[in-house]
Parts: sequence; C-alpha cells; structure tokens
Amino acid sequence: MSIEQLESREHLSQFAPFEDLADEWLDRLATEVEIQYFPAGSTLFETGEELTELRYIRSGAVEVKRRSGHLFNRLEEGDIFGYVDMLRGRPARYSAHTLEDSLIYFFPKALIQELCDEDDDFSEFVEAGGRRLKTRVEQYHRESSLLTTRVRRLVVRRPVMVESTTPLQTAAQQMREYSTTSLLVIDPTTDMDATTFEGQDEHYWHLVGMLTDRDCCTRVVADGIDPQTPVGEVMSTRLVTVQSDESVYEAMLTMLRNNVQHLPVLYRRRPMGIVQLSDIVRYETHSSLYLVSNIYHQASVDGLARLSSEVRQSFVRLVNDGANSEMIGRALATIGRSIIRRLLELGEEELGAPPVPYAFMVLGSMARDEPTINADQDHALVVDDAFDFDTHDRYFEQLAVFVREGMAACGYARCKGGIMASNPRWRQPLSVWKSYFNDWMDDPKPEHLLHSNIFFDLTCVYGENRLVEPLQELIAERAPHRPLFLAAMARNALGRTPPLGFFRTFVVEKDGEHKNSINIKRRGTAPLVDLVRVHALACGSKAQNTFLRLDDINKTQLLAEGVNDKLRYAFEFLSMVRIRHQAMDIETDQEPDNNVMPDKVSSRERHHLKEAFEVLNNAQRFLAFRYPMPPDAERKRKGRST
Amino acid sequence: MRLPHWKSRQRPNWPDYLEDRAKRVRHPMLKQFFHEMRLDPDRPIGETPMVGFDLETTGLDAGRHDIVSIGLVPFTLSRIPMKESRYWVVAPRRQLSNESVTFHHITHSEIDGAPDLGDVLGEVLSVMKGRLPVVHYRHVERPFLDGAIRERLGEGAVFPLIDTMSLEARRHRRRRWVWIRRLMGRPPASIRLHESRLRYNLPAYQGHHALTDALSTAELLQAQVLTHYSPETPLKTLWS
Repeated sequence: MSIEQLESREHLSQFAPFEDLADEWLDRLATEVEIQYFPAGSTLFETGEELTELRYIRSGAVEVKRRSGHLFNRLEEGDIFGYVDMLRGRPARYSAHTLEDSLIYFFPKALIQELCDEDDDFSEFVEAGGRRLKTRVEQYHRESSLLTTRVRRLVVRRPVMVESTTPLQTAAQQMREYSTTSLLVIDPTTDMDATTFEGQDEHYWHLVGMLTDRDCCTRVVADGIDPQTPVGEVMSTRLVTVQSDESVYEAMLTMLRNNVQHLPVLYRRRPMGIVQLSDIVRYETHSSLYLVSNIYHQASVDGLARLSSEVRQSFVRLVNDGANSEMIGRALATIGRSIIRRLLELGEEELGAPPVPYAFMVLGSMARDEPTINADQDHALVVDDAFDFDTHDRYFEQLAVFVREGMAACGYARCKGGIMASNPRWRQPLSVWKSYFNDWMDDPKPEHLLHSNIFFDLTCVYGENRLVEPLQELIAERAPHRPLFLAAMARNALGRTPPLGFFRTFVVEKDGEHKNSINIKRRGTAPLVDLVRVHALACGSKAQNTFLRLDDINKTQLLAEGVNDKLRYAFEFLSMVRIRHQAMDIETDQEPDNNVMPDKVSSRERHHLKEAFEVLNNAQRFLAFRYPMPPDAERKRKGRST
Repeated sequence: MRLPHWKSRQRPNWPDYLEDRAKRVRHPMLKQFFHEMRLDPDRPIGETPMVGFDLETTGLDAGRHDIVSIGLVPFTLSRIPMKESRYWVVAPRRQLSNESVTFHHITHSEIDGAPDLGDVLGEVLSVMKGRLPVVHYRHVERPFLDGAIRERLGEGAVFPLIDTMSLEARRHRRRRWVWIRRLMGRPPASIRLHESRLRYNLPAYQGHHALTDALSTAELLQAQVLTHYSPETPLKTLWS
C-alpha cells in the first residue's frame, strides 16, 4: 500500500499545523503514529505528569483543565495538545480528559523535535504556545513570498485529462467546455514505472503528453491536420512538470528555464492541476499606487466611477500579496480620500471658488485609515466662522450633494444615518462644531454617545486643516477629565460582545439570511475599535488609527503588561479574517460582506479566531472595571431617564 | 479430528488444542508458531499482545477463492504502533475477476509483480506469533489462512482469535431480525465493521483495504473492551 493512501495521513493533512508540511513529513508522521481509543471520561494525563508525546484528536473531544480544576480549553477533532510542556521538558501544568469517546494519535517527542528543527512554521506553531496568534499574524506576511508559497496554492482546479486516442476535435471541445487552455494526455497502463499514477477510477495511467491551445494553432490549424486525428499524434511529449510542494518561485524558474507556458503540477506522480506563467504574473501585479495616480487624472465623475472596479481588483491583489490590515486600510483610505479630493476639485470647478474657507472631513473608518472595501460614506463640513448661513450655505450644500452623489457613483453607499456634509446639521462653522463636541462630552446621553463614536474619529481630507485640528485638540484635552463621559462610552463599547459560548464554541446566527455565520465586524472589529477608542480618549491621544491609538495607550499604565500586544494582534487577526473573507467574496463574484462562517474557515484560522475573540472578551471585562459609572452620576442619569 | 468443535455453540478448548498442535505439526515454522501461540486462557486481555488481522480475498469461499492481500497491525489494549504494521499483496493462484478488482482496489498490475503467499508466509507468521489475532468476522480470515497454509506446507493452522463481530453480536443478538438475516447467509448489517465502529464514535474509514481494515478492527477491539469489559477480562471470555 502506498503511504499516501493511509487514512491517518489524509486526516493529518487537513489540520493545522500539519496541513502545511512537506509530503515526506506527512509520510513519516503517518507511519510513526501510535493510536489509542479512550471512552468518554477517561483521563489522558494529570497535572505534574511527564509528557513524552504530542497528542492529536482523530475523533471525539477533549477537555483541558488547569490545576485549579477550571476549564482551560475544549478541543475537538484535528486539535493537538500536551506538546507545550513536553517541548519545554517540564511536567504537565494541565490535566486532560475525554469528553466524548475519542481516538487519539500519539507522536513521540523525538520525532516532533526533529520536525521542529526542520520546519520553522511547524516549530513556531507548536513552540509559541500562548503566543500562537502572533505567530499566525506574522506568518500572513511571510506567506506571500514566492519563495515560501507552495505551487499547489496556485492550482485552482483539477486538470482536464484525455486519452491519447481521443480525436483532436473532441479534445478541443473539452477545452472549450472547461474553458481551459491546456489538457493532459494520458494512457491506460498495466506496467508500473516512474510515470504511472493511480487515477480516481482505481486504474493505472501513464501521463504521456500535453496539448495546449497554442499547439492547436501552430500544429493543427497551421499544418491543416484532420480534426479526427488522435491527440497523441500532435501533443507535445516533452513534459516539464513540478512537484506540488515546490515553491512558486521554483515553478516560475522551471518555466523560464524550459521556455514553457504551462506547467503540470504533480503530487507524487498524480497530476493535480496546471499552472501557467500568467497565473504567476497575475499573482505579482496590479498596483494600488498606479490606481491612485489615475484617480487624479479623471476629468469627470463618470471617469472616477469607472475606476471603482479597479479599486476592488487592487484590494484583492493586496490581500493575496499578504499585505497586513494596516497596509490595506491605508491603501483603501488613500484611494477613498483621493476620490473625495478629486470630487471636491471637480465640484469647485463647476460651482466656482468657495465663498469662505472650509474643511471637508471624513469620519469613522476612513478617518482611522481602516476602511474596508464595502465602507459607507461618513463625512462632514467645517466652515470658517465668517460663515453666514443665508448667503453662503447654498454653495456648500450644492458642493456636499455633489460629493455625496459622486461617491455613491464610485461605490460608497450613502450613510443611512445621514452623517454626510449634505445634511445641514453636519455643515456648520467651527464654533458650532465645538459646542456640539462639548455638549456630547458633558451630557453623554445615548444619541450623543452614538455621535461621539462616529465623529471622534475625524480627519481633514480637503481644505483648511486649521478648521479640523482645533476639534481634535478639544477632544484630547477634555475627554480625559470627563469620567462620566468615559464611563458611558465604556458601557456603550460593551454592547457588542464577541460570539463565544461557554465552551469556547462559536455562537453563530441562528436563523435569517446569515444563518450559521458570525458578523465579524459587529462582533469583532467594531467592538475592538470602540474599546480602544475609550482608552485613547482617556489618555488624551490625538491618534485616529487603532494601531496608533494603541501606541499612545502603551505609553501610559492603562493596560496591564502584554495586553496591548494582545489587542494589537487580535485586531490585526480579526481585520485580516474580515478582509480575506471580502476578498474571497469579490473573487467569487459575490457582494463583499462581513458574515464569516466558522465552518468554512481552516481549522488553524478557527483556532486563532477563538483566541482573538477571547482577547476581546477579556479586554471588555477590564473596560467595565476600569471606567466605572461615578455613583452620583449614576443616580442623576437614572433620575433623568425616568 | 484436526479441528476443534467448529459448529458447536460451545467455545473450543483452545489450550488443549494448541498444546496438541504444537506437538504434532511437523513444519518447523508452524511448530514455533503454535508453540508461541499457547496463551493462558486466564491471562488478562490488558496484558496480551494482539494483532489486528485482515485478508482481502477474491471471493468469500475459501475453497474456490484466494487471498490477494494481508494486513497485520500488532497492538495492545493501550497502544497501536503503526510502525509495526505490515501489508502484503500476494498473487492469487486463480484468475482475478474484474468484479473483485473493483471490490478491494487491488488491480491486475499490482498483482502481476506480487509474490506467492508461500514466499511471505514466514514473515506473516513471525509477525503473528505470540500475538492473539483480532479479526472482524472470523469465518473469512481463519479458513482462508488455514487453507492457504495447508496448500503450501501440507498441514493447516487453525488458531484462537478474537472476533470483534461476535463480541458485537453478543450485545445485539437478542433482536430477531439479526437472526433472520443470518439465516439468509449474510452477516447482520448492524454489526458490520463500519456500523460497529460508529457506535463507539470511531471515525469512518474507507473499507476493503487489508491494512486499513486490520487497523479498524484493532481500534474497535480497544473500544469494545474499554466500553463493555475491562483490561482484567480473561482471554477465555473473549476469544473464539
């Protein structure tokens, strides 16, 4: 029996951290595994025990408890445990019991250590222990590299295969049907040799050649060959192939070295797919910089609107390149702000110069440099105090409506809450804005808190920055001295909790359109942004971006040692899950949304998702404790609301 | 009479039989095999070395069909080390029919280069010796191996084993329809390997591969003993 057919190998290859291992290592693990069955309620190990094996759950469920008896983790199929203490050579700090009848795989310490020595990713996964989330986040950035990405990542579908006796015409029809530019040609065989593989039909096949659309053109049409000629007579028999676990870089070199455009990817001897040079080139191009410069060259709203599909492409490209959420956020914010700037320039061309100086500010995610691809409009206008409503407002209203409609044409939905400069309430002189902000901080009633959450993330994108800066300073000066406001903001930030159940299980939507999914924005990134904003307000930070706010918070003693880093990684991770989900939506021609199905993400990602939600959960608990409602204020608040 | 009481409902007297065989067989390979197979019936299962054992055959009749592959998975109640497992494809003496090919995934080309069972018999017996075989449905493995050995060495080898199907049947034999199915010559569906495993929350495997099935059987026995018996249970209550 060939090792690749072993059931254990197949299972391991689907779960982290084994899924990324080289084929030889999967083979070794599958041959050296030891297996044992445990009925529900069995003890796997007790605290203090010396652990000499890494354990893997093939089926069933395991509960890991702290010495105190408190639940530490609940693990399921594909999870590993018992390895952190084993690798550090110390007695187990936890005990483990089966919750269900379970089949457990054991791997000896020496084997795991050898694997750690040879495979950095594996070693980081298992050795990092509690810091796995960080490892994962950093890995996102390395993954993009051509050197480390395995070529199987570029294979999008199984190859189309025909027997060499197939007539050319039939083969060409197959190419059309599967809209592919190449076919593999195979022959049945009974002899085993270096090119034989076992098909899904359990028969043995020989890979004998390849036929590309170019062959059809240069050899068939050009030479006037009869379309009924068997494929075997015109195919190219000089086969250059690559193994599935080679790097993309190696695949590219192989193609260039051999001057071929199509490269069959083999797992052992079995063809997995075909990559083309263009797949690799596509993997490496589309620049967001180019896009931004293009925005400023557009002479009309229509021209800008036409660019919006390129925005999506460049977003997907950034994601696939392994950019982090900061880079992606900044790129999207830059694109959005450039569109607004260009719209205001176009608006001023049409309406004439503004009667008094003004500043156009963006709010919310765009101000934080954290918009995603489906961001709404959130903006406002600050006008110089020389503003006279009756004579000047008509101009600014027209300008604001021009921007609003222009942005809508470019794919930014109008704000449902009406937080746009076209709303007269949000088109005011600086003095009025100051009184708004003061009001909101002095009297934190629900409506004011809602506004604070949106308007207290603000940046000037066009016009006079001197009209926006005073507002940012006002917040930074006053907010730290408004305990009631901070307490109310904190309470508000706890309204949306992470979707974790008692046993660290995901709590998904129970019904409706988004059944079995988690709204990663509402239950993840948004509560984290809110939470960080409260701390940032408390420490007088003028930063808008969540990471920059965390930098400012880190200069204070607000958070316990290490919490800042955890929040940073949790935010990065949750943002990336959301971003990747949206990129995938775009790639599959769906409207990008925030509804992530935990069942659909990889086991490794699911694992880290839980960890990130845990971080949010703990940080929320601390927030409530850190900004308590002042006792007299509590009474006053209640008195008023009744 | 060479065989112990085959058809009787009573369990055969294995110690006497094995003692007798160890004395009487002539071939040295078999002599040693039986010598080491003399397991104490009171020995606790938890202290007994075992071997998951499965054969794929060209059909179900040991008289007409042949062995095509052998899977052996040595194990104990507390561990199944895959490193020690072995698998052989052997050439059947009779023609491989196309239906059986689709049944156990062993193809003509694989068998073409395969050795005769006689060439690997020494290895097979040396992996098995001293270990109590565990099979699912003993009426295939026992007669087929016995027949194959007899054909090659001139004398047969019947030995005690644990049949996970019969352990499962003990818990399910009250139901009348099971008997009806059995009368029709079919093993009752509910105690087939796959279905039996599911009752213990064991994962579903792709069946009909001798090594996978031998492993499946070993895992199933661990589950049965730990669920319904105990590591102290003596062999005599389990073997047949």
